[in-house]
Amino acid sequence: MLRRYLKLLGVQLKASGLQALQYRADFLTDGATSLAWTFTALAPLLVVYGERPSIAGWTFGEALLVVGWFTLLQGVLEGAINPSLTGVVEHIRKGTLDFVLLKPADAQFLVSTQRFLPWRAINVLTGVGLFIYAFWKLGRWPSGLGLLASGVLLCTSTLLLYSLWILTVSAAFVVVRVDNLTYFFTSIFDAARWPASVFRGGLALFFTFVIPLALMTTYPAEAMLGRLPWQSLVGAVLGSMVFAWVARRVWLRSIGHYTSASS
Amino acid sequence: MSLRNTVRAFPTLLKVGFSESVAYRAELLVWVLSTTMPLIMMALWTAVARTAPVGRFGQADFVGYFLATFAVRQLISSWAAWLINWEVKQGTLSMRLLRPISPLWAYAAENIAAFPMRLVVAVPVTVLGVVLVGWQVVPRSVVGWGLFAVSILGGWLITFLANAIIGSLSLFMDSSQKLMEVYLVLFFVCSGYMYPVELFPPGLRTLIDWLPFRYQIGLPTELMTNAHGTAEALRLLAFQWGWVAVLAVGTMGVWRYGLRRFAAFGG
Repeated sequence: MLRRYLKLLGVQLKASGLQALQYRADFLTDGATSLAWTFTALAPLLVVYGERPSIAGWTFGEALLVVGWFTLLQGVLEGAINPSLTGVVEHIRKGTLDFVLLKPADAQFLVSTQRFLPWRAINVLTGVGLFIYAFWKLGRWPSGLGLLASGVLLCTSTLLLYSLWILTVSAAFVVVRVDNLTYFFTSIFDAARWPASVFRGGLALFFTFVIPLALMTTYPAEAMLGRLPWQSLVGAVLGSMVFAWVARRVWLRSIGHYTSASS
Repeated sequence: MSLRNTVRAFPTLLKVGFSESVAYRAELLVWVLSTTMPLIMMALWTAVARTAPVGRFGQADFVGYFLATFAVRQLISSWAAWLINWEVKQGTLSMRLLRPISPLWAYAAENIAAFPMRLVVAVPVTVLGVVLVGWQVVPRSVVGWGLFAVSILGGWLITFLANAIIGSLSLFMDSSQKLMEVYLVLFFVCSGYMYPVELFPPGLRTLIDWLPFRYQIGLPTELMTNAHGTAEALRLLAFQWGWVAVLAVGTMGVWRYGLRRFAAFGG
């Protein structure tokens, strides 16, 4: 069972990879746009830290780590999650989702692996670059344990992002016209570029529990700095699993209510 | 494509555009919700101003500024670049070219016609600003409101014309979507959308004063929140309309040369 799905994943990855090789020039243009968007994330930080040495308990170097995680996850989102799921919306609208459902494999697996954009992974490199610069700026290096914890959190963040996306796509079964939901989703994710302690009161609760942005970028950055309490780490792992489970239930429910558009 | 035809057709185009914007109101709402950047920036800057004000901005001033930015962004929006890119790629531009009115006017009409629906969003946000911060977030005099209205028109024209130029470039280079992204990045950084431009370091500020971006959002927002006296406002408005003129000439040029290269797909 597992082997069959791994093989399927390999096939899908190969197809996307070959397609990416056809458009090699995209490597340059995507790289340039990735750097440009990183600059928009950095510009406000530069202006803000021109005024103050530390904001909401974060120095410039530390906040850079959060921006680094933000950029890295954006790479994951745009390279591995967005392309497939915009495809699903298209399938739902045209009614071609029927063909996916007819195939003898799990539909959620098939639709979530149908397309990858490897060149978008440049954002991941930009993120790593930001980490190195941030730690050079801080004048110390992360501990092995901290790196390990942040690695675990990278997995939970990806899982969270993916589950959020599945939930968004499930909405597509109801409202159909959701191509701009991509933009909506990206703009909510924009709030993850600041350390979570910037938000106060209701917003802080909202971004921790409803849309867990704090878990995605602030926790891994804190883990790298070696100041994330282990309870938070456990909480993040459990929380993301619950989230994924809920997303799976919702997906199955909406698939159940799917009425083809073609016939 | 005489002027007379255009003047006669324009009201109808507006009517069609308005009906479209009402019909697709849910989509419009999602677009509006996806311009939440000012609100995210508001969270950051109010956190910064928690201990002490930044420049002339205290916490309340930042709330007022960014709510105004949010409202202004709704009113100066244009999406012509995407539309032109799409129509050039699909070849449907040829249908528009058959009509006795320049497609540029049609794109403009579509944008203008969505204005009332966008006002429906902008007005409550402004009211919220007044409730939270006080009357200083809206112009205090009739002259102030007049200047603000002129700046909104100018800001929209700059956005629309820049969109039209970038869109027309797709006639030369297959797709100008990436170019649009570069433009958007510059717009985000230089327009006062993410922070008031006056917080920029002095050297960069002179540069920004000469670029078109701050006249798209920064200037209308500043006029809305009474940041300038009348004389200074008039000086900045002159700059804004100078850019409108430059971009209008540019649009005509690029569009005209580009159309000669246009070869529609399909039949």
